[in-house]
Formats: sequence, C-alpha cells, structure tokens
Amino acid sequence: MRKPWWKILTVLLLLYVVVGGLLMEVPRLVILNETIRALYFHVPMWFGMILMLVVSVVYSIRYLLRSDTVNDDFAIEFANVGVIFGVLGILTGMLWAQFTWGDWWSGDPKQNGAAIGLLIYFAYFILRGSLDNDEQRARISAVYNIFAFFALIPLLFILPRLTDSLHPGNGGNPGFNAYDLDSRLRMVFYPAVIGWTLLGVWIATLRIRIRKLEQTIE
Amino acid sequence: MSGVINFIKKEVLLEWRQRYAINGILLYLVSTIFICYLSFNVKANQLNPVTWNALFWIILLFTAINAVAKSFIQEKEGKFLYYYWLIKPQTLIVARILYNALLMLILAVLGFVMYSLVLGNPIHDPLLFVINLLMAAISFSSALTMISAIASKANNNQTLMAILGFPVILPMLLMIIKISKNALDGIERSASYDEMLTLLAINLIVGAVSYLLFPYLWRS
Repeated sequence: MRKPWWKILTVLLLLYVVVGGLLMEVPRLVILNETIRALYFHVPMWFGMILMLVVSVVYSIRYLLRSDTVNDDFAIEFANVGVIFGVLGILTGMLWAQFTWGDWWSGDPKQNGAAIGLLIYFAYFILRGSLDNDEQRARISAVYNIFAFFALIPLLFILPRLTDSLHPGNGGNPGFNAYDLDSRLRMVFYPAVIGWTLLGVWIATLRIRIRKLEQTIE
Repeated sequence: MSGVINFIKKEVLLEWRQRYAINGILLYLVSTIFICYLSFNVKANQLNPVTWNALFWIILLFTAINAVAKSFIQEKEGKFLYYYWLIKPQTLIVARILYNALLMLILAVLGFVMYSLVLGNPIHDPLLFVINLLMAAISFSSALTMISAIASKANNNQTLMAILGFPVILPMLLMIIKISKNALDGIERSASYDEMLTLLAINLIVGAVSYLLFPYLWRS
C-alpha cells in the first residue's frame, strides 16, 4: 500500500466520475430526470461507509484477540471515515429526496435507519472520549464497536424490507437493476464506487500515520 | 447452568433484602405515568391509540434504562473482584440478562396496570399485548445489560448508559411498538409474525454477541 499507484488511480477515477458523472448522457426518466446522477455520488457513499465500518469492526476484533495499539488506531480511523461517508450519504440523499419525494426529510425507513446508524457511531466516539486510560479505552471501545455493529445490521438490511419504503430498490420501486439495460450508468457507477472507496482508504491511512507520529513523539 | 440459577437466586434474595432499590424504580415508573396523565389532562380512554402506544413504550424504555443501569453501574468495586474469583464471566452475563428480564417483566406488567388505570385501556387483543410485553422485557434486558456493563467502565456513566443504549435498542423498540399497535387495533395475529420473528432474531444476535464479548470487558 506504500506505492503511489493507487493514489494516482483514485485521483484519475474521481476526476472521471465528477466530469463524466455531471456531463455524460443519462437515461431520461420521469420524476428522476437529472437527479439520477445522484447514483454516482450518493450510492457510493453507502458502499464506502459499509466497507469502512466492516474494516473498523475487523480491527476491533483483532484488537481483542491481540492487544496491539495499531489495531485500535485502524479501528477508530476507519470508523471516522465511515461516519463521514455516512453523513455525506445522508446529505446527498436529502438533496435527492427534496427533488424527487418533495421533502428534505420525509421519515422514510431508509432515512430513519441511516440516522439511527449514525447515532450509534456518535455514541462510540463519546464513549472513547470519556475513557482516560489508553489501554482501557481501546478494549472497551472495541467491545462497543463490535456490539454496535451487530445491532446495526438488522437496522440497515432487515427493517427497511419489513416496512414500506419509497427508496429505489425497496417496496417494488425499481432499483439499480431496473436500468440494467442501460450500460451508460454502469460506465460511471462502478468507477465511482471504486474511486470514492479508495479515497476513504487514503484518508484513513493518512490519519493512521498522523496517529503513529503523535505516538512516537510522545 | 446450575451456576446461573444460583446466581439469579442470590440476586433475587439481595434485591428482596434491600427493597429500596426496586421500590425506587417502581416509584419512578408510577410517578412518570402520573405526570403523563396529568400533563395530557384527559379523561380515561380519550387518548388516541397511536399516542397511547408511543407514550407507554417511551415510559417503559426510560424505566428500563434506569432499572438495568443498576445491574453494573451501581455495583461496588470490591463486589466485582469477588465475582471475578467466584464465577465464569459467561455465567455472570447470562444470569444478569435473565434476572433483568424478570425485573423488567414485573415492571412492565405493573406499569401496564397503572397506565391503563389512569389513561384507559384501548387494547383489542390482550393476549398478543401480554406476549409482546414479555418479549419487550427480554429485549430491553438483552440489549441494555451489556450496555450497562460497558458504561460502568467509564466516568460519566449515567449519561453514557442512555446515549449508548438508545441507538442499540431502537430497532427492537420499533418492532415492539409495531406489534403493540397491532394488538391495540386487534389486527389478525398472523400480521405480526414477521415482526415477532425479527425481534427474536435481533435478540438472538444481541444475546450471542454479549455472551462472546463480555469476557473481554470483564478482564479490566
């Protein structure tokens, strides 16, 4: 991961996504119109968030198995980036909802679920803040991180399917697959997912290096 | 297994000897219900079912957080050390979850009796409602017992208990409120099976994760 090629790839992919995503042809659909471009910016945020949080939980589990401070650094920084992605996901989602559903916040199960999910991770940060001892903070927050992650799964994947949601891909609404025939969307969507996720990893690795430097200075 | 039962027996005995703790929670519950009744300023049975339902579960949620917080937060340091030598952590967490479920069930039933006394009882399917009360007691206890163990390790633990607990309990609470609404409206039982199954599944996940994680928390 120390070689720079993937960072160059990230920059190129994101340039392509921003330019191509805003300028290239998209299918003309009623109601959606140009907001279909949210697919390139909103959906990758959720992919990125889930991935970052999974990485964070994996490192928390590794910390419990082997008490190494590096694992804790990975866990907290990936959770940080995951939450940033989550906040951006909610904001882009609200912007999209304003133009398609006609309201910033309409209490859709997906919106509520996302908001509760973020609350869980804000609580995680507060928990970290209120523990003084380094070793104790690492272990207890690792325990909460794992516990919270497993409480989050039903929220994100099961609950929206039980209730009616207006969100694309739920309750009989067409999701991404409905546009399968249109390869124009895919040409930007897949690079977008890869690009945004790589950007997240990049931010996280930078912050982990800062942490390491701070620790060596101390 | 016998360790679990012995521990629960010991907890019940301790609780019975120093009744002020459970009496305190009971008074908290009754006062809250009475405050709600006076604030709404309505005669019995005039509350709309949605409000009745939401208010009831919010009161129970706050009571649960206060009641379960007791299980680890208000424990003396020395007692922890004593348990540490005496029993396995898995036994302790299972016993605590079961004990708290029992406590919550008693509180929920008493709360329900008091609540329906002052604010009316619009329930059309009492059996489903009681089953739901039982499941709610288990859910509150399974999610909050572990949270209370986590919060007990930190400094400002009463606040922490609430903020760590709310988001974790919310998915369960949503299911419970939905089943309860079905019971209120007297909708066919089969309409609630999906929610009950989900609630049970979330409980299993949370219980299993608590069981696996508690030993790590315990070591400190």
